[in-house]
Amino acid sequence: MTDTIDILAGIAPGAALEKIRANRAAARDHAEASHQALLLPQAPGDVSLAERFAVAAFVAALHRAPEAVALYAEGLAQHAGAALAEAVARAAEANAAAGPTGAFPPGPLSAEDSPAPSFALPADVAAALGDKLAAALAYAHFLIFHPRDAAPERFAPLQAAGWTPDGLVTLSQLVAFLAFQIRVAAGLRVLAATP
Amino acid sequence: MSAELSEPNAFTRAQIGWTPWLPPLTEAELTPSHIEALIDAARAKNPYFRLLARDPAALQHRTLTDKDIFYNPEGGAPRADRELAATAVSRANGCIYCASVHARFAATYAKREADVDRLLDEGTGADLGERWNAITAASVALTATPVAFGPEHVQRLRAAGLDDLAIADIIQAAAFFNWANRLMLALGGATVPA
Repeated sequence: MTDTIDILAGIAPGAALEKIRANRAAARDHAEASHQALLLPQAPGDVSLAERFAVAAFVAALHRAPEAVALYAEGLAQHAGAALAEAVARAAEANAAAGPTGAFPPGPLSAEDSPAPSFALPADVAAALGDKLAAALAYAHFLIFHPRDAAPERFAPLQAAGWTPDGLVTLSQLVAFLAFQIRVAAGLRVLAATP
Repeated sequence: MSAELSEPNAFTRAQIGWTPWLPPLTEAELTPSHIEALIDAARAKNPYFRLLARDPAALQHRTLTDKDIFYNPEGGAPRADRELAATAVSRANGCIYCASVHARFAATYAKREADVDRLLDEGTGADLGERWNAITAASVALTATPVAFGPEHVQRLRAAGLDDLAIADIIQAAAFFNWANRLMLALGGATVPA
């Protein structure tokens, strides 16, 4: 049965890559179950479906992964409406960058430090997102582009905007999982297309 | 044992610690469904897994994805190559803790301690021999955002002797560490005795 990674990678039923994925059936099934748990949970708890799809659409756009952008932007429009989908798309456009970058703890690795991309939202986009989502997108931007700049202080603005410890674990899992899902799909797509 | 801990500032194969920045569930708070989500009950002692247990379904499926990508022995890439990919991704993203764990696995399974140390010390441009260079280059390209993995990486892996299942294993191992690194980095810090 076609799953989300098949859709993102363009793997059709009967394709060679479907057989390759069948050799790692548990990885295939639990990657899809992770998708369901993080994007479409039966009990969304502290993170609404609209918030989950907003983060997903933003992360997909930061990766400039067209299939993932299409999937998550459509989900966002469905769960939150076209206006929020438009705000998220503009947030991503305003904060396009490349990674991984960032700073190591001071010492011998400091020679490898590279500047982290800045993050800022146009005022009308910030207003459309609201404080909770704006804080989540700032966090997702750091975690996608310069994860080595992690610090405990990064949670303060999120907590001030209403994120609970449970919500922060779910948000971190969501961003990190998407970094996986988008890369598996991108890699398998290239593998299938390379004779 | 010293109570004083500091942050490691170099990559290493040595055992290092990890301390959470958000409160994990306590062992007393773990319900049977949390224990099930831990997969391995011994992980109830581990603050990283007790923190991730705040979203039990996400933790459970993360762990089962991880286990198949790294431990499934049916064909494909040898465990050493999968662990090399995990180490190369961790080196590129800058997860000193993740790199320490998987550098030990790569060194043990391949019996190539010197090559693994070269990757940690010199970075992902280190010369590890063509097969490992090809795996490292593919892992680094998959770690870039936007993803920079292209046909040239697949061709180089094939030329190095990897079949398509083995290449898919490298893709999944590298992709998975882009998940694992972000959780470890975001939710806590690596520690060594001061």
